[in-house]
Amino acid sequence: SSFDGRSAVWAESARLGFANGDRPLVRYPGKRALIEQTVRPPQLETPFSVYDEGVLTPNDAFFVRYHLAGVPLSIDPEAFRLEVRGHVETPLSLSLADLKRDFEPVEIVAVNQCSGNSRGFVEPRVGGGQFGHGAMGNARWRGVSLKTLLEKAGPKPGALSVAFNGLDSPVAPETPDFIKALDLGHAGDGEVMLAYAMNGEDLPWLNGFPLRLVVPGCYGTYWVKHLNDIEVLDSDFSGFWMSSAYRIPDNDCVCVTPGAPKGATRPIKRLNVRSFVTRPAEDAKVAAHVAFEVRGIAFDGGHGIEAVLLSADDGANWIAARLGEDLGRYSFREWRTELSLRPGVHHLKSRAVNRAGQSQPLAPLWNHAGYMRHVVETVRIEAV
Amino acid sequence: ASLAPALCAAETLTYSLPEETATLRAGPGQETAQSNCAACHSVDYIERQPPKMGRAFWEGVVKKMIASYHAQIDEPDAAAIVDYLAATY
Ligand code: HEC
Repeated sequence: SSFDGRSAVWAESARLGFANGDRPLVRYPGKRALIEQTVRPPQLETPFSVYDEGVLTPNDAFFVRYHLAGVPLSIDPEAFRLEVRGHVETPLSLSLADLKRDFEPVEIVAVNQCSGNSRGFVEPRVGGGQFGHGAMGNARWRGVSLKTLLEKAGPKPGALSVAFNGLDSPVAPETPDFIKALDLGHAGDGEVMLAYAMNGEDLPWLNGFPLRLVVPGCYGTYWVKHLNDIEVLDSDFSGFWMSSAYRIPDNDCVCVTPGAPKGATRPIKRLNVRSFVTRPAEDAKVAAHVAFEVRGIAFDGGHGIEAVLLSADDGANWIAARLGEDLGRYSFREWRTELSLRPGVHHLKSRAVNRAGQSQPLAPLWNHAGYMRHVVETVRIEAV
Repeated sequence: ASLAPALCAAETLTYSLPEETATLRAGPGQETAQSNCAACHSVDYIERQPPKMGRAFWEGVVKKMIASYHAQIDEPDAAAIVDYLAATY
């Protein structure tokens, strides 16, 4: 595929539904019109209607999140090398052709969700990227198992963690480079992989071309893009983006009372349970006393979705929805049901439960960074 | 002789990003903020934050830019930028 440089075209705008939440829609090369969050570096949000198009998020609609403005703008796929180095017996330097030829391809369908997805709805408001619900996507990832790669390099005795770095870089050299780490056991669990393809095509440039880490069930912060450097360490990794950023309260609810001190923290890790109504859309009108379809998606951090419940009366009564095709425990799971409503305004709420019995709170939980929002969301519709 | 090398010539792929258009809101201190806060990212990072977050919030942001990301901003400029952000956003 080719990424020639048409410049972005502005089209329309989007309302995310919170204060200061109006955003232009913008078209980048290889992308359809997406919600502009920031320009340098680019952060683009998926319009919510995309989640109603299908269970896999199209590549051209998949959200984009960078931290550092040194975005790679020129890549020679033949010269590209992935280094596997550090505390290993046999350091590796692999081309894309090596990765595609010498390793049995693996595939997984998995949700990539930003830690701060839906942050704009957090009350009281907190700083950071002000996303609506569109900093998530579900794709079929194809590539190389990290376990196989690590076995080939052979971690030396005492190896503890694995650090992942990509081609993106900070503008000021003193700004910490974006490097993330997993402990060795997690990195070699057989599910963590290096993807060179997404939904049957090369990775889109802005989603990490030509190679990205895929950490099924874990927040997008670990899914390092433009991945070209894997370092095995005989210590815990202590870089800024692990030890200071992306920290959550070290308690079960991942919450604190708004305004209370931060308290002890730990690195963010697995997705909690979420579900969304994708149809009808917010503020849609439906015909009163006529059956219509309500549908949506649900997902969690890898137990898999057990049930989705829907309420049309603000949570007083719940009905079980039918689940759609199972694409694996890391994928969006579609659900649908039918409703027929009296004339007037109605509030639809969906609540998913996973196979471990975990669910979504009815009232929102709060933390300083606005991470891991997973409250039962409400869609207002009107029957006329 | 073989033509293979020519046919396999490496092709460097490129991507181009749009120009940024975001500007800071007018107000006393705008120039100081512009010259210090646009070095590493576009100023839409500032514009997108929730409205009326208050002085403590913006003080925290400026402190974080200096302490965590190593923005080179001297004390008087940092104070002027906090005043500007707290009053303007
Ligand atoms: C030396 C580099 C640098 C300079 C100079 C800088 N920033 Fe930042 N800023 C960053 C980085 C890195 C981030 C994180 C970006 C991300 O995660 O997307 C950031 C993020 C932000 C954010 C988003 C909220 C957050 O906490 O992540 C705001 C607001 C912001 N900067 C405001 C400012 C202001 C105001 C100034 C000037 C006083 C400034 N920046 C100067 C590097 C810098």
